[in-house]
Amino acid sequence: MSQADIDKAMDTPTTITFWAWAPDMQKEVDLFEAKYPKINVELVNTSSGTQQYPKLRAALKAGKGAPDVAQVEYQYIPSFRQTGSLADLTPYGAAEAKDDFVDWIWNQVADDKGVWAVPQDSGPLGNLYRSDIFAQAGVSAPETWADYAAVAATIKEKTGSYIADLPGNDPGQMVGFFWQAGAKPFGYDGDKTVKIDLDSPATQKVVSFWQDLVKKDLVATDADFNDEWYQGLAQGKYASWQVAAWGPIFLQGTAKNTSGKWTAAKIPQWEAGQDVSGNWGGSTTAVMESSPNKIAAYEFAKFINTDSEAALTLANEQFLFPTTKATLSDPKFVDQASEFYGGQKVNEFFAGVSDTVDKNFQWLPFMDFVYSSYNETLGKAISEKGDMTGGLAAWDAAVTDYAKQQGFTVE
Amino acid sequence: MTSASPARRARLGSAQTRAAWILVIPFVAVFAAMFLVPLGYSAYLSTFTSQLVGGQVFSGLANYQRALGDPSFWAGLSRVAIFLVVQVPIMLVASLFFALALDSGRMCGGKVVRLLIFLPYAVPSVVATLMWGYLYGENFGLITQIFTGLGLPAPELLAPGAILGSTMNIVCWEFIGYNMIIMYAALRTIPTELYEAAAIDGAGEFRVAWSIKIPAIRQAIILTVIFSIIGSFQLFNEPNLLFNIAPNAIGSDFTPNLYAYNLAFKNQDVNYAAAIAFLLGMVIVVLSVIVQGIVNRKEKTS
Repeated sequence: MSQADIDKAMDTPTTITFWAWAPDMQKEVDLFEAKYPKINVELVNTSSGTQQYPKLRAALKAGKGAPDVAQVEYQYIPSFRQTGSLADLTPYGAAEAKDDFVDWIWNQVADDKGVWAVPQDSGPLGNLYRSDIFAQAGVSAPETWADYAAVAATIKEKTGSYIADLPGNDPGQMVGFFWQAGAKPFGYDGDKTVKIDLDSPATQKVVSFWQDLVKKDLVATDADFNDEWYQGLAQGKYASWQVAAWGPIFLQGTAKNTSGKWTAAKIPQWEAGQDVSGNWGGSTTAVMESSPNKIAAYEFAKFINTDSEAALTLANEQFLFPTTKATLSDPKFVDQASEFYGGQKVNEFFAGVSDTVDKNFQWLPFMDFVYSSYNETLGKAISEKGDMTGGLAAWDAAVTDYAKQQGFTVE
Repeated sequence: MTSASPARRARLGSAQTRAAWILVIPFVAVFAAMFLVPLGYSAYLSTFTSQLVGGQVFSGLANYQRALGDPSFWAGLSRVAIFLVVQVPIMLVASLFFALALDSGRMCGGKVVRLLIFLPYAVPSVVATLMWGYLYGENFGLITQIFTGLGLPAPELLAPGAILGSTMNIVCWEFIGYNMIIMYAALRTIPTELYEAAAIDGAGEFRVAWSIKIPAIRQAIILTVIFSIIGSFQLFNEPNLLFNIAPNAIGSDFTPNLYAYNLAFKNQDVNYAAAIAFLLGMVIVVLSVIVQGIVNRKEKTS
């Protein structure tokens, strides 16, 4: 694909369809249309990922009605790749964008077989804590997980709060913890072979750590993202939240009454002196293989995520945590002081965390099942304060069975 | 008999047939498009087995065989059966009680009460479940707050052992008013002469209700029973939403409908989900026919 081809395509009147659930994407669409007046982008708001994926799968299967470009989370890229639904963006020059993005994020969308999407937002893990509760207990933010356990006991004893909540319905957070601990639970060769290693020394280390805290009643095990849990955050039932970079804004909206009492810190480390983080969440803009206008579709995906103005709008107005090095160092993003966090520059803080995420983490081509089976195995053990290491083994077994039943070769 | 007569009759007949067809076509078209085609398509889908690697292959009745030996399917089915046996009688007796109370005309503010009882039905089940979920909350829920305020241990309404009962309560709250309206409307059609005659014979309010009103609205009651059977087996919204607050109490197979949904959209096993849905439909048909049969036989003997 030469530059002439691209110029010609971008100068030909074309309509492309874009499916996304992030709110207000029209802002980025408008910026793109201003630059490329011949290209018309039809934005379809699909309201959430869980609602979009079944629709997208159905449209792709029917061979009709699928969009040209769609928002897809990192962990679902392999499932759409597996059905041959994603266009390899290498012929359109996508590989050249490699250096624009944080390296671990690039590894989420590209491998030696191709580039499968353009990164849109990310979720490096940090630790948001209630400085007032911590002060009342006379403790500071834990630097290691061992400290965390000790701090948990002090906080419970002195203030009655739990240090945190470990939800039994949120595999995303647990997988983020695995990621941070250096576990490699999943692998996929892009074809028919998968690697499943959910029950490894690294994941066992994470699970038994939490098991111990749960047993001592130092962390809560409430389901997250529901009213009870919002109340818990707002009323100090949980003194901290180990959450991704999208967490600060979310918390600000959920627990308004606690403004000024929160601080962002690094996620505790497994070894003193280390500085590694994991990721929880984030999404991409992917071009469908079925699109007849792949050049325009790719240019659009590239534009909204790398154009300085569009990327900054995504970060500052839609609060999607950036993936490009340029936005992560843009003063208009990092220099904002947040009142909710006592004047801390939270964006700058998480931009720093983004550099410490472990680079090599892969997903399975059927994460829907991996996550739903969590609720019946490890997640259930957490909610019931039961045998979590047993739950981990059961999760591994359920995922392995499913992979075999679906015809994959399991390594 | 002249030779013209049968010909004319035939012509008339065909014109009538044509008219009948024209009148019936809208119904047949909608019935076929919205009912027969989806039914046929899911029957077709259920005869295949699909894999993420390898695609779809025809497998005949293998999915049905798998479903019949699937403990998740049976667990869901027995759960809704318990639901049916416990919740439906409570709900319908309450509906009947309210309908009779309103019909007796002795209730003050009857119109307001009628509206209040019916109101929950106007609330979408999604909203109702979210609301009740909030009331049930184990830390900040209203019920817990009241119990702790009184110094009593709060009931764990979202615990695995209690969740079915908590769901029944939500469904009762939603549908008592709906069923009441059906029964109440039927009660209003009973000729008042019957009550006068009964009064002359010295029958009291209860006797009138038992011997005249309830038998007179039998058809309406049967209708609510059939609707409730179907509704119980289709239970989906309430458990699907309660899962968000009680993930350990509600599994993906809590009800057969929820199970089919999870199979199709989380496990990406549309074919097996179609088989489950088909079996569930058959169970509902069989039960409805049995109930109708019992009712008809009773009607003949009485």
